[in-house]
Amino acid sequence: MIPGIGAFTRDILWCFSQVKGTMETGTTEADIISTVEFNHTGELLATGDKGGRVVIFQREQESKNQVHRRGEYNVYSTFQSHEPEFDYLKSLEIEEKINKIRWLPQQNAAYFLLSTNDKTVKLWKVSERDKRPEGYNLKDEEGRLRDPATITTLRVPVLRPMDLMVEATPRRVFANAHTYHINSISVNSDYETYMSADDLRINLWNFEITNQSFNIVDIKPANMEELTEVITAAEFHPHHCNTFVYSSSKGTIRLCDMRASALCDRHTKFFEEPEDPSNRSFFSEIISSISDVKFSHSGRYIMTRDYLTVKVWDLNMENRPIETYQVHDYLRSKLCSLYENDCIFDKFECVWNGSDSVIMTGSYNNFFRMFDRNTKRDVTLEASRENSKPRAILKPRKVCVGGKRRKDEISVDSLDFSKKILHTAWHPSENIIAVAATNNLYIFQDKVN
Amino acid sequence: VGGPGDVCYWLVGDTQEKEGMLPERAEEAKLKAKYPSLGQKPGGSDFLMKRLQKGQKYFDSGDYNMAKAKMKNKQLPSAGPDKNLVTGDHIPTPQDLPQRKSSLVTSKLAGGQVE
Repeated sequence: MIPGIGAFTRDILWCFSQVKGTMETGTTEADIISTVEFNHTGELLATGDKGGRVVIFQREQESKNQVHRRGEYNVYSTFQSHEPEFDYLKSLEIEEKINKIRWLPQQNAAYFLLSTNDKTVKLWKVSERDKRPEGYNLKDEEGRLRDPATITTLRVPVLRPMDLMVEATPRRVFANAHTYHINSISVNSDYETYMSADDLRINLWNFEITNQSFNIVDIKPANMEELTEVITAAEFHPHHCNTFVYSSSKGTIRLCDMRASALCDRHTKFFEEPEDPSNRSFFSEIISSISDVKFSHSGRYIMTRDYLTVKVWDLNMENRPIETYQVHDYLRSKLCSLYENDCIFDKFECVWNGSDSVIMTGSYNNFFRMFDRNTKRDVTLEASRENSKPRAILKPRKVCVGGKRRKDEISVDSLDFSKKILHTAWHPSENIIAVAATNNLYIFQDKVN
Repeated sequence: VGGPGDVCYWLVGDTQEKEGMLPERAEEAKLKAKYPSLGQKPGGSDFLMKRLQKGQKYFDSGDYNMAKAKMKNKQLPSAGPDKNLVTGDHIPTPQDLPQRKSSLVTSKLAGGQVE
C-alpha cells in the first residue's frame, strides 16, 4: 500500500480471484446464498443458504511455489445447520434458510459460529481431527468386538496420524425464544453473551444457557392494530459490551445501554434524519426502512442501508447522518414497478472495510458499489462470469439514466432485477471481498503491484 | 405547519404539476391509478402485519374436524392439482400440507470445480 501523500489515496484495483457454485441457469431455491461472513482473522469465510446449509472456506497458506495464487479460499467444511419445520399449532412453516452467521473469536484450536434461521439459533463447533487412536484392546482395527477369551495381553492405544477430517457439531441450540422472525444475531464483545433480534423483540443469551434468555427490547404494542414499526436489524458495539443499536422499518436507529435498565425500551440515543414533508409519498416509509446496520470497527460510527442510500452516522450526532451515499438513485423513477414485483422490499446489507475508510453495498444486475469516505470517489462493479478470468481487473460499470447511452453503459430499463446482490463481506484486514450473487460466491482481491 | 413546503403545496393548484416535480410522486400516481383501493395509510401496518405473518399456511384442525363430521356421508373434496394452494373451498388435511424435506444434497458451493 502506498502511504498517503497529502490527500492522495490509491484507488483499489479489484481483480477477479475465484467463483464458487454452479454455472447452470435455473437455480434451485436451496442454493441461493443468504448470508456471507469472514471470521475475525479472515482465514475462514462462511456462507449460509436457503437450504439451511453452511459452507466454510479456508484460505490456503501462501506458498513460495504458487505466488500467483495468492491465498485462495477452498472448501473446509460443510454441514446442514437447519432443517425445515412445520409448527402445527400456529400453522406456521419455518424455513430452514440461514438468515445470519456470526463467528465467535477464536479461543482454542476449534472454530465456533452462530447460525440462525427464523426461529432457532445454533452454536456450531468446527474442529479438526488429524490423529486417531489405534490399538484398542476390546475392538479390532475395523471396530468389531474381539472375543475376550482371545485377549491375552494388554496394550496401550496410541494416537496415529490420519487424513485431516473437519467435523462440525452443534454444541448449543437456542430455541423457542422468538415468536416473530429472527433478523439479526450479534456476538457481544464480552464473548460470553450474544443477542438475537426478531421483528418486535430482542433477547440476550449466555452461550452456556439454552433454556433461558433475557428479553432486553420489546416493542410489541398492547394492541396490534397500533403497530407502526418493526425492528429490522441489531448489533452490539464492538468494544462496549453494554451498548447496542437497533434499526427500524421507519428509518430510525436507537442506541441502548444495558446498564440503564433491564428492559431497554427507552433508548439512550435516537438517530433520525428529519424528512421534508413536501417530499412525502406513498413510498417514503418503505424506502426509508433500514435493512442493515453496522458499527464501524472503531465503534465511533454506524452505517445504515435503506432502499436507495447508505448513510454513515456519528454516534455523537443524532439529528442527521454525517454522510449519505446514493446507491442507485435512478430507481426513484421505477418505484411503482419495484413495488409491484416486491423488489422494493429487498433487504440489502452493507459492510465496512478493515480501516473504516471504504464502505460497500450491493445493487441489482449483479452490480455492487463501493464508496471511499476519504476521497469521496465511488465505483460500480459487476459480479459476472464474463469477468472471471483469473486476476482480470474489474472494469467499472455505469448505469445511464436517460438520453444517449454510451457504448459500455447500461440503461435503467435493461437492468436485471432478479440478479440482486444482497450479501457481501470484506476481509477484516485485507482488500479481499466476497460477493454473493444468487447462487454463486465471487471472491475479488486487490491487485498486487 | 407553516413551513415553506406547505405554502408551496397549496399555492400550486394543479397537483399534476406538483407530481411531475418529484419522480416518486409520479410513481405514486401510477400506482394509485392501477390499484385505486390501495390503503390510505402510506406503507403502513398492512405491510408490517403481512411481514409478521410470513410462513402462515392454513390448516385449521377445527375446520377440518367439523368438515369431516359434516361430510361423513359425502365424498371429501380431493386435493386439487396444486397441493401448495391450501385455501378456499378445499378443506386442507395434514397430508396436503407440503412436506418440506431438508436438502440432502451437498451445497454446490462445496462440490464441483474449485476455480
